[in-house]
Amino acid sequence: MIPASFGWRSGTLSGARRLTPSARSLTFRVPGWPGNEAGQHVDVRLTAPDGYRAVRSYSMASVGDGDEVELAVARLPDGEVSPFLVDELELGDRVELRGPLGGFFVWRSGQAQCTQLIAGGSGVVPLVAMVRAHAAADDRAPMQLLYSLRTPADAFYADELGGFTATVPTTWHYTRTPPPGGDRPAGRLTEHDLREQTLPVENEPLIYVCGPTGFVEAVSHQLVSLGHAAASVRTERFGGV
Amino acid sequence: MAVFGGRRRSDDPALPPGQHLTESFPVLSAGPTPVINTHDWEFFIHTEDRQTHRWNWTEFLELPAEDVSTDIHCVTSWSKLGTSWRGVSLDTLFAQVTTQLDYVMAHSFGGYTTNLPLTDILGGRAWIAYEYDGAPLDPEHGGPARLLVPHLYFWKSAKWVRGLVMQHDDKPGFWEENGYHLHGDPWREERYGAWREDPYG
Repeated sequence: MIPASFGWRSGTLSGARRLTPSARSLTFRVPGWPGNEAGQHVDVRLTAPDGYRAVRSYSMASVGDGDEVELAVARLPDGEVSPFLVDELELGDRVELRGPLGGFFVWRSGQAQCTQLIAGGSGVVPLVAMVRAHAAADDRAPMQLLYSLRTPADAFYADELGGFTATVPTTWHYTRTPPPGGDRPAGRLTEHDLREQTLPVENEPLIYVCGPTGFVEAVSHQLVSLGHAAASVRTERFGGV
Repeated sequence: MAVFGGRRRSDDPALPPGQHLTESFPVLSAGPTPVINTHDWEFFIHTEDRQTHRWNWTEFLELPAEDVSTDIHCVTSWSKLGTSWRGVSLDTLFAQVTTQLDYVMAHSFGGYTTNLPLTDILGGRAWIAYEYDGAPLDPEHGGPARLLVPHLYFWKSAKWVRGLVMQHDDKPGFWEENGYHLHGDPWREERYGAWREDPYG
């Protein structure tokens, strides 16, 4: 396990690209970054000219060694920090980062259990790190992803996830508008969907669920109701801030 | 260069360093929300002489309760001011308990644990809360009952609490084993595992 570090480090925005109209991938070069495991998060601190500071936590899409940290940030309509990161921060600008943080919602390559990932919206970010870590691992049990999102235009990392189809298949589930010719109606994930589209109970998968609180509450209850052990369902929630 | 303005600056003295205000009530949990029927609910305190004090739901509601208005601070940097709770003071529960030990491990339905010094939960600073904002506590916020230790970061206020086990040392619980600070005082920004060496000061 990579030890957490507790001091703030300066990070320079070295890469950025739009993921959707309201979300952006941001890569920071962070000298001294110790690397991180798949699923961990980082605190980002912004400082205004008068010294006022704001701190927010973001999951990392990046994983492994190296001094680059990739975040994927969705703009919250009433947010203070996310609109700045999504719409204003320019290449070469600096922020401060602290981490990596969190030692439980992580996927490690030696895990013997097969893995089911379930994402709601921008909750896919730490799960993308797990898919990337899985691709880089020699010794790996099967992994698959169920990605619930409103419309095809809301997808993060669609091309990259498509490239992993042979090793980590992604099932796309749309809650508002399915793609033209889609074979399933739009709607929230049901217990039936989870039974059809995720690894079965008898495979005893380790399940990672990340998304807004309501999504995680609903999905984790359904998983337990399908017969999965509560201890094999790991959750990460966000929302409200 | 983009210049961060920051819209939510607050000189509110109730806000600890590095925290920002929220009106909502976010949830931090590591797994599914356990479904707990109050018929099966029980709270216990287990001491070093193998004594276990127990209260079932009916007995618990008969204990003297207090209304608590307090600020809460989550390690993920949100704070919510002036929240309203109702619950039983740990002083009331410990009035029936004899122990020489200085630390407790709080245990929750679902298997999660968090460690606390006894001094942090006595003296009118901690409760077992079962109402929030005048209504029964929602399961996702820890209902039917959670520990409420508002002067520490909110992960210490164990959701779905079912008992306390006295311990000799301040042995870390689930969250503390996974990177959070052993103590968790928001005014000292005890967020992450500072019991380890901090290489960056």
